[in-house]
Amino acid sequence: MSAKTGPDRPVLLKVEDLSVSYRLSEGQVEAVDGVSFELDRGETLGLVGESGCGKTTAAMAVIRLLPDNGRVTSGRALFDGTDLLQMAAQELRKYRWARISVIFQGAMNSLNPVQRVGDQLVSALMLHGIPRKEAEQRAAEMFQRVGLEASRLTGYPHEFSGGMRQRALIALALLLGPDIVICDEPTTALDVVVQDQVVETLKHLQQRYNQGMIIISHDISVIAETCGSMAVMYAGQLVEYGGTVEIFENPGHPYTAMLLRSFPSIKGELRELLTIAGAPPDLSKPPGGCRFHPRCPLAEQRCRDKRPPARSLGSGRHTASCHFAGQFTLDDIQKKEAGRR
Amino acid sequence: MTSNGVLVEASGLKKHYPLRTGFLASFLRSGGRRWVRAVDGIDLQIHRGEAVGLVGESGSGKSTTGLVMALLEKPTAGEVRIAGRNPFALQARDLREMRKKVQIIFQDPYLTLDPRFRVIDTVREPLGIHRIGTRDRRQQMAARALEEAGLPKNLVDRYPHELSGGQRQRVAIARAMVLEPEFVVADEPVSMLDVSVRAGIMSLMVRLKEQHQVTYLFISHDLAVCRYMCERIAVMYLGRIVETGDRESLLQEPFHPYTRLLVSAVPVPDPKASRKRVQVSGEIPSSSEIIQGCGFYSRCQEASPECAESVPPLREVAPGRLVACHKV
Repeated sequence: MSAKTGPDRPVLLKVEDLSVSYRLSEGQVEAVDGVSFELDRGETLGLVGESGCGKTTAAMAVIRLLPDNGRVTSGRALFDGTDLLQMAAQELRKYRWARISVIFQGAMNSLNPVQRVGDQLVSALMLHGIPRKEAEQRAAEMFQRVGLEASRLTGYPHEFSGGMRQRALIALALLLGPDIVICDEPTTALDVVVQDQVVETLKHLQQRYNQGMIIISHDISVIAETCGSMAVMYAGQLVEYGGTVEIFENPGHPYTAMLLRSFPSIKGELRELLTIAGAPPDLSKPPGGCRFHPRCPLAEQRCRDKRPPARSLGSGRHTASCHFAGQFTLDDIQKKEAGRR
Repeated sequence: MTSNGVLVEASGLKKHYPLRTGFLASFLRSGGRRWVRAVDGIDLQIHRGEAVGLVGESGSGKSTTGLVMALLEKPTAGEVRIAGRNPFALQARDLREMRKKVQIIFQDPYLTLDPRFRVIDTVREPLGIHRIGTRDRRQQMAARALEEAGLPKNLVDRYPHELSGGQRQRVAIARAMVLEPEFVVADEPVSMLDVSVRAGIMSLMVRLKEQHQVTYLFISHDLAVCRYMCERIAVMYLGRIVETGDRESLLQEPFHPYTRLLVSAVPVPDPKASRKRVQVSGEIPSSSEIIQGCGFYSRCQEASPECAESVPPLREVAPGRLVACHKV
């Protein structure tokens, strides 16, 4: 099953130069602009960014689950050596769910309310050619693995709490043993205790099945705790990419650096939070050059003129798309920021 | 803080709502109506100039507590005292005067601003209602409140739909602050905002509190946000306060088993941090269930028979630390 597209690393998915645009009443909006990332077997990649940054669009484009007004305008998504973006719809259907599955955002409401939860699992298996008897057995096993009692299989979604529904959806997503699971804000609507249990379940299952996992989240804490690597998006573009520890210790993009310091924590010293002035841009008229320049304390003329290319930092695949990548410290940012006020 | 005296005090505060049931069900069932015990006996003191964070999961009753403390709901039992007076026992005129001093900021800045009002009019409206100043004066006061809230000058004549979430929340804050309130209830004011915008609103609220000596009840599901906003934290579970304490000591050494669970479940924005989890079974029960003893009994690892029998009172177990648990 493992897909080797490179000589040494078992790369499962390789996304290159992905761009997606939406047709909206105000015109064409480039929601994702030239995004590239990779996912290995056993790796958990965090797609991080604020609402509207394109993180969900980028992930959904890969499995071609964009809304009707969305269109991939460039790029490739190589899975098992084949480009998912070029594949015939018939062919793609075999990949979706069986090889790549999704836990959608607000998924708590995506179970069919008038069908028993167990039947929803069984019918998903039967659709992929598994006989009923075996399907029922596998559904029961999967239920237990995600921490639900098998007796719950005959229950309806409304009899489940939010956390239980989220677990049922995780079971549904893992049922066919996919190579990749995409989780879109898997914990957002959940209370902190339940959120923590769901995250633990996801981590545990990933270790067991060794899939590649993509977690889309705005919550830096969740990413820090679950993802070995992360991709930071801003205004449709990938601004930083690399190992999570590396990025937390040495952010190469001012946006990442400030975002990390704007996040409150219950641990550690009580430091003042950093504020990023302004708001993310309207993507129907994005700023020229670096899209972060209107909010960036380090911005100079060239940031307004020229889009910074992705620069390699350190070892491995850590890159940051900033003219000053690797040449600034948090102190510099804070001093410049204080000067701007 | 204590030297400043208590500004807001809730004692034995309860708010129960009737549970809507079908006609047949209410006809057939003996024993009368059922109630949702959203707030079920709260004692809380907030000192002048202090910010207290009220934390809990959804369904814990924290928002209802906020509505009662902001004088928008009448308590079922118990009372709220503001500057020593019970607002619901006041004459209409005095109550109106008190309402000026008590304001609320809601979670969703998309729902709380009237879409047909320009920003400046939204902020000016409460001044008109309370007949403060002349028209020109009100205009000036509204403009100043917006400036203090950090809304760019060129946006004051815009409509809410032209503003971002963070800008809208600044307008909502300006509207609450324009009356120069003494006590502000803020119900999840930053939870709908984007991460990069959130810190700005948080520091704005801290700054306004310091400049104007405002007292806050800051309602949030997020302990980390409370740590930055509030000197003291109160933890709610199933309609009751189970623990209060100074932010750092409560987070570092939580006493109540529920607080320990809550603190242990908060993810930390540090990939190298490891944390010990407190194990728990089940989820928060419905507040329409009638529970004899401690609300956390069914999930508590340390529970003993007495916990099922009587509600543990909130008592001081260490200086400034109140805990409602038979086991602590």
